[in-house]
Amino acid sequence: MKLAIASGKGGTGKSMTAANLAFTLASDRLVSLVDCDVEEPNLHLFFPSKTTPRDVTLPIPVIDESVCTYCGKCGEFCRYGAISVLPKKILFFADLCHSCGGCTLLCPEHAIHEVPKRIGTLSVSTPLPGLKLVTGTLDSGSPLAVPIIHAVKLEAESDPLVILDTAPGTSCPVVEALEGCDACILVTESTPFGLHDLELAVDVTKRLGIPAAVIINRSDGKDEETLRFCEQQDLPVLLTIPFSREIAAVQSRGDLLCRAYPEWQKAFRLVFSKAESLMEAKS
Amino acid sequence: MKVCITAQGALLESKVENRFGRAPYFIIADTETGSFEAVVNPFADGSGGVGPKAANLIIEHQAGALISGLLGGNAKAVLDMAGVEQFVYQAGGTVSDALDAFKKNTLDRVK
Repeated sequence: MKLAIASGKGGTGKSMTAANLAFTLASDRLVSLVDCDVEEPNLHLFFPSKTTPRDVTLPIPVIDESVCTYCGKCGEFCRYGAISVLPKKILFFADLCHSCGGCTLLCPEHAIHEVPKRIGTLSVSTPLPGLKLVTGTLDSGSPLAVPIIHAVKLEAESDPLVILDTAPGTSCPVVEALEGCDACILVTESTPFGLHDLELAVDVTKRLGIPAAVIINRSDGKDEETLRFCEQQDLPVLLTIPFSREIAAVQSRGDLLCRAYPEWQKAFRLVFSKAESLMEAKS
Repeated sequence: MKVCITAQGALLESKVENRFGRAPYFIIADTETGSFEAVVNPFADGSGGVGPKAANLIIEHQAGALISGLLGGNAKAVLDMAGVEQFVYQAGGTVSDALDAFKKNTLDRVK
């Protein structure tokens, strides 16, 4: 089963939810926790362990100007503007390249070959028995998050239970992480901003055909608007976590709610079994 | 010499567009004959990489200089390589105004 944790708005508690779910479930089964927020991965902070990151690369073209006739076919083809062909010079912008390989295929002179370019790293660790943590990290200044997300997901592709922590927002990195997931938990907070972005996130899960449910985090007890929205959208609310100084303190020292206060494990187990039934109801 | 001015419309009276790659029109004016041509920018709504593509387009139209409000690094690299000088115009006027300022040599060159 692949269970995604998403939110729309940032800072609602996605990673907190993912980490506590994985920690709790890993006590009696194998869990793979995949950090798909490759622009700012943070699950390793909850689960420090030694890893040896390996490079994630994309193929980019190298043009042999001793063979190039400056015919311009590659530049015309590249819809990302990564190749500019001038009468006697060719310019390649690696940051604009999407590694489609079209230029290499098209070149009538076979003047183009591809070389790997590093865009980030991937690491796999076992911070706890039963818990496999996969972290992708996009290099600073590298614009393409999606290929790294693809790589980290592939690393856990055939694992029995995968929990994916996604990036905030509803753009390509989130869609890439959600694709192929069996269910999605949307973590929200009862603020106008939280609700606004929850609406966007629900829309994404609907379009992708992924059954979704909600966790309300940092609740001050005034959740009526969020609850009303969830009812209208037929979104089960799996858990409400109160706005509490104790919980915030656990978080800020890098600890886990379910480790510091083991009584919370029951609540997270219940969240998981509800998420499982959500998926079964769909299939 | 042919000078390219980024414009919001197709006329000399049109306002100068601040952006280069996403400018709706490129006015290619011939400083010797006084004639001009409006080129629709097909990359104005492109998803990305519009700077270098627009640069190639104005090079194809034999522009020897560019007047615009802003210019990205990739577009600049292409224009530099092709020997197209770039000038900044941000006074909010029309294409004619920018062209006059260019002729009076009062525009800053992008370095």
